Formats: sequence, structure tokens, C-alpha cells
Amino acid sequence: MKALLDIRDLTLSFRGLEGENRVLHGISLNVAKGEKVALVGESGSGKSVTARIILGLLQEQRSTRVSGAVEFDGQDLEAMPAKARHRLRGTDISMIFQDPTSSLNPVYPIDVQFHEVLKRRDPKITRAAARERASEALRDVSIEDAKRVLDSYSFQLSGGMNQRVMIAMALANEPKLLIADEPGTALDVTVQAQTLHLMRDLVERKHTSVLFISHNLGVVREFADRVYVIYKGKIVEEGPTHALFSDPGHPYTRALMAAVPKITGGGIPEIPDRSDSFSEPIVVHPATEASS
Amino acid sequence: MSAVDQTTPVLDVRNVSKTFISGEHRVKALDSVSLKVMRGQCLAVVGESGSGKSTLANLLLGIHQPTTGDLYLDGNLLPGHRTLPLRRMIQLVQQNPLSSLNPRRTVGASLRLALDVHDIGDRQGRRERVGALLEEVGLPADFAARYPAALSGGQRQRVAVARALACEPEIVVLDEPTSALDVLVQARVLRMLDELRHRRNLTYVFITHDLGVVRNIADRVAVFEKGQLVEESDTETIFINPDNPYTRRLISAIPIVSDEEETLRRSLMEETNDG
Amino acid sequence: MKRTFVILASNPMSLFGLILVGVVVFSAVFADFIAPFPEHRGAVVDFTNFNQPPHWPNIFGTDLVGRDLFSRILYAYRISLMLGVVVLAIAVPIGVTVGLAAGYLGGWVDFILMRLTDVFLSIPPLVLAMAIMGLLEPTLTNGMLAVTAMWWPWYARLVYNVTRSEAQEGYVLAAQIIGASRLHIMFMEILPNCVPSIVTKMTLDLGFVILIASSLSFLGLGVQAPTPDLGSMVAEGGNYLPDSWWLTVFPSLAILIAVFGFNLVGDALRQVLGSDQ
Repeated sequence: MKALLDIRDLTLSFRGLEGENRVLHGISLNVAKGEKVALVGESGSGKSVTARIILGLLQEQRSTRVSGAVEFDGQDLEAMPAKARHRLRGTDISMIFQDPTSSLNPVYPIDVQFHEVLKRRDPKITRAAARERASEALRDVSIEDAKRVLDSYSFQLSGGMNQRVMIAMALANEPKLLIADEPGTALDVTVQAQTLHLMRDLVERKHTSVLFISHNLGVVREFADRVYVIYKGKIVEEGPTHALFSDPGHPYTRALMAAVPKITGGGIPEIPDRSDSFSEPIVVHPATEASS
Repeated sequence: MSAVDQTTPVLDVRNVSKTFISGEHRVKALDSVSLKVMRGQCLAVVGESGSGKSTLANLLLGIHQPTTGDLYLDGNLLPGHRTLPLRRMIQLVQQNPLSSLNPRRTVGASLRLALDVHDIGDRQGRRERVGALLEEVGLPADFAARYPAALSGGQRQRVAVARALACEPEIVVLDEPTSALDVLVQARVLRMLDELRHRRNLTYVFITHDLGVVRNIADRVAVFEKGQLVEESDTETIFINPDNPYTRRLISAIPIVSDEEETLRRSLMEETNDG
Repeated sequence: MKRTFVILASNPMSLFGLILVGVVVFSAVFADFIAPFPEHRGAVVDFTNFNQPPHWPNIFGTDLVGRDLFSRILYAYRISLMLGVVVLAIAVPIGVTVGLAAGYLGGWVDFILMRLTDVFLSIPPLVLAMAIMGLLEPTLTNGMLAVTAMWWPWYARLVYNVTRSEAQEGYVLAAQIIGASRLHIMFMEILPNCVPSIVTKMTLDLGFVILIASSLSFLGLGVQAPTPDLGSMVAEGGNYLPDSWWLTVFPSLAILIAVFGFNLVGDALRQVLGSDQ
């Protein structure tokens, strides 16, 4: 089956005063239709810039140089004019950011922002029709009193509620691909767990593909079907979630797993400051029968 | 954990409440909380936003005064206005080292401040002590000349720990000290904190929402929910047989990475469902 | 510092600003060597060569008493820059101290200092300066005094705002927990973080002080004859427009170059140092 998102040998460099700084060293990854894929790595690993490239946000900057292929739904994003790429954002590709409260505009009530979102797909949609659609979308994320929420401003709602609103907005236009960049990291743990389950159930029901970007291995394990581990701009391991977590092959992945403090105890392991083994070649786990 | 003195609490929180009043609103941030912390112990204070855990930290540090109730340090009442020697006893490591270190002062200047304020050592001695402090937290002594921007997140947090140590405190309040760090860096900093505590026989009040961290570093755990202390016991008990449904919810919300953890979590969830 | 300079020089607009500022500063400092007729900065009269359009060796022409305009403009730059530097050297420390104290100490200190600042800010600057100059003798010293009185409140406001936001930073809390004194926190912890904003504003203000000083002397309240001053040159020359155009055009251009140059550099500095007013 053809992948919905297919990235091949993507490189990215920033031009600065001290010459070129290469951030991505040729990464390849793909997301199939309806698949939930995680890209996990530490800060500075290049995971967030990858998302920005898919959204076409970095190519428009003068100080960046991007090479490689990014194919979405059979179209080459790099060859596409900027205008067409812009049209994809908010319709076929949507995004959820880290902090829900600052991603929503505090000066407009939620229903107005929903209207704006829905207009991306259907420019002629009326306020009333948008409200109807918005209520439905909010019910999908288990918000029962949609009317109150739609009339509220983001600062009147709790962080968890805002996060649900963000999820509802991101999925309102039935996107083919949802990019979630560290969603809910700013929220309390119980709220984060709740909204994560909600999002997982919803994208499964709607068969939305997800590229989930996170530094948190535990969150990735709960959410994703397949995982890519990124380290210093290179993919070091990929595979189905269960296979990768039960038998991490790459030294870097193993170090990451060991470093997470376990609720079963066992103390904090000694982690070497830097290890040559982290730059060993990529480990690929074969796709299991169920996921192919 | 060997050096824990079980007879005299170094810190004794007796029936402390804190109410914030803003206009018409009265918010009870802490509600009749009593806690004892023994010397050399690491007490984890766990809760989510609005639980009162930050309020407790602010009371310990003397930033706020309790509305009712008293705090005792080594058996002596802590007064509202802290004298310098008292301030020195309880120090703080904040969550975000990027903000907690002055970007326009060198690491050395930030460390020197504590030595100057508390008149620790003579001129020459202070310079050497800055170097020794840096080495104690695993950094080269010549980092004293650097600015925080030239350090990584983990290095900055080590400097913040060294600054707290410079005061030679009895108690260190650690406010989410590793939650802004990457997981590999977090592990190294946690290890360093654990070693420091044993070497210096420090008492930690470790504020966090991450129960995975708690499990591996704390001797005792105090769980806060909406200003109330809902459960307090030793770490083992909290994880194997938690008493309170909120504690269970917290544990089950922690994202986990291994099958053993999954088993533990499932057993906790089942108990919750049974009850 | 070096990095800042490299960034400034790599942007065409800020490079242009740097060149303009360089020209102004160079002219002021080395006026004695550049000026073809250095003695013309004083009361010299040459009725054989008065009110002449630009010609060699008087490339900007001569004024009504036959003095070389080019030489006088160079010396006027010196006076203007000196005025700017002295004004800022007095106004900035006052404003900064007021802003720091009000912003960090808060409470009634904040109330009294900032209301006082508001009072000064609510009087139109030129009116305030004119009032002071009217009250006192219109000398250069009093001119500086007048401009200083209207300048410090802007620094108080700026530093107050920066201090209020910096006071929320963790490093201030850390210093408080250690037990550092208020003076230490204000001047050693917070002040260094105000420096980028202050430097940026000072650069912009050098241009404005020159402009205000020129305005004052344009109104006859500034530097008195025979000391050369850009504002009074424009005022005087204005009476002989359009025939003796050089009397107005060259001093005006000189003001423009100085103000424009300092503004370009100031704007660029604001971006580079990431300071926002």
C-alpha cells in the first residue's frame, strides 16, 4: 500500500554567521493511511523541524536549505507551489501544539475560532452551520456542554478543556494527516493521560493518520503503532511499537529506555555522558503481520 | 537512606493552612497540613497544579507566611521574618535553570553571591570554593568564567544545585528539578542529587508530579490534592499498596515503558475498580 | 560586543546607519583637523566673502558675515554630540535608578516615583524646556539642564517596565532565597538585564537630543551666538530662503544625517540585542 506521507532522505541545514549547521542528516520515514506513527527524540534531535518541513514552514525561510523528498498523498510537497502547500495546511494536514492555551486566541470566543478553521475547507460555511459542526466535533472529544464551551474564551476554560478543543479543531476538517507536536506536555499528568486516550480513540475511529512527535517514551508507547527514534538528525531505530519497546536494538534507544525512571523502582542507572555507540547504524524491526 | 535520623525531625510542619484572598475570592491553597521530615530523608511532595505543593514550598522558603499553624526547623519555631542564618538553612533548586540563573552574570558570580552574603570563607578561599562546588556537581572548575547561555540544560541545572549547596543548607527544596530536562540528562542529574544527599547528609523536599522519579529517589511520599495532604507514607507502600484513590489515579496516569510496570499498574487499576 | 558589531555591519540598512554615525562622530572629534577654517567657529567677520553660494574653498558656501558654513557645521556637530552625551550621562543614571527602585521595591515607592515620572511625562517636552529656559538664562548649561529634566522620565519608564518583568524571573527569586540585599538584586542582578534596552534607547536618543537641542536653538533658546549650532543656523537661514538656500539646506541636512544615522543604528541594536521598549 502506498504511504500517505513519505519522507525520503531529508536533510536540513541552517545558514548562520559561522557557516552551515546541518540539523537533519537524511532521514526517511513514512506514515500509512490510518497509521499512528511516533517520532521520538530529545530536544535538538531534529524532530520538531521535521514537522515544520512537512507543514512547509521552513522552506519559506531564507536561512534554511532543505533537500530530499516529502511526498504527501502522492504529491511532491517540494515541487508544489507555496500557495498550494499553504492550502493543504488546516485542511488535509492539521497540527496540534504543545501548549493548548497559548495556541488558542484569547480575544475570540471558541465558536469564532472554529468558524475560521472550518472556512479553510469550506469558505462559504455560515456561522450557524459552523456552530453545528463545531458542536459535533466537541461531542467527539467528550465535551457534553458544547454550547457553553463554544461561547467561552480560551482563558475561561481549563488546560485540559482547551486541549480537547484543540483536538476537536484539528480534526474538524477531517484531515488526512494530523501532526501532534508534544501534545499536552504542559498539562497535568492525569489530564494528559485522559486527553491522549481520547485523541487515540478519535483518530482510530476516523482513520486519521498521525505523526506524533514527542520526547516522552511512555506516551509514545501508549499511543503509537510504529515508532521512529531520532538522534542528532538521524533515525537510529524504527519498528512496530511493541517490538521496539520489548527489544530495543540500538544502543541509544536502550540508553533512553534505561534512563526513564520506572515505577517498579530499581534505582537510577548510570548513563554515560556521550557514547560512540549512539552513532551506530539504524536498527530496523520488521513489520509484524498485524500491522502490514 | 542509611543516615536517616528517626528521632528528631529536621522539619516539622504543624497544622499549617494558607488562604489567599484576592478581592471577593478566598482560595484555600493549603488546608491543615502536618508533616515531619527527618534529617537525611528525601520527602517527595506529589500533586498536580492547584494541589498546594508549590504553596508548601513557598512557606518552607519563607516567601509566604502560613495563615495559621507553625513551621519548626530543628525543633525551633521558624519566624515570619527569616534572618540570614535561617535563610541559609533552607535552599531552593528551581524547575527551569534557564530562568533561575542570571543570563548576564557568570556562573562564578552566581555562586560567589551565596558565599559573599553568608560570609563563608575569605577572599582567596571563596574562589577555591566556587571551583570545588562546581566539581562537586560534576562540572570542571573553569566553568566559573562561563555564562549560562554557554551551558547545556543539564549543566545549568548542576550550577543551580551548586548554588544551593554554596549556602551549606540543611534542607534543599527541589521544585521539579528535572522536569525541564531530557531523559538521559534527567537520569544523570537525579543520580548526582542522590549522591549529594548521601555525601552531605542533606534533607530533600522533592516536589514533583513524576511518580517514576519519586519511586527511585524518595524515602517518603506525601500526596497532595486540592490543598490537602491525602496520603503520606514510605515510598514502597505508596507504590505497592496505595491507600487513596487519587494516588492510584496519579500512578496509573504515568506513561510507562516496560511490561513489568504495566503489570504493576494493572494491579493498581484493578484494585481501584474493585473498591 | 564583537558579535553585535558583525551582525550590524552585515545588514545594509544598519551598515548605512553605522557609516552615518561614523561620519558624524568623526567630524565632531576631528573638527580641528578637517575644518578648512577652524577660526570661523567664533566671531569672525569677512565682508569680502559673505553670503556666497558653495564654491571652492567654501564648499557649503558662506554665511551672512562671511564664515565658512562647512567648518561651522563640523563644530556644531561637536557641540550637539557633547550636549547629547552630557544630557544622557545625567538623565540615564537618574532615570535608571528611579525605574529600578519603583519596579523592584513596589508599594508606595513605586506609587510616588512613578506618579512623579508621569507628571514629567505629561508636560510636552519642548514646553517644559522652554519654561526652564525662560526661567533661567538661555545658556548652554541651562539648555542641557532643561533637556535633561525632560529626558530622565523616559528612562524611568523603560527601566521600570523591564524591572517589573525581570523581577518575575527565577534568578531574582534565587537571589532572594540566598538572602542577597535589595541593593544587590536591583543593581547587580536586574540592572545588567536592562542594559540592552538602555543602550538601544540611548543610541536612538542621541539623535533625538540633537534634534530637540536644535529645536530649542531654532526658537532662540539654545546655544547662543557666536557658538555654531545647527538649529540656530537653520532658523537664521530660513529668513533668506529661497535665495540663500545653502544657509538652511546644509545645516538641515546635517541634522537629518545625525538623527537618521542614530535611529538606524538604534533600531538595528534593538533587533540584535532583542530588547523591546
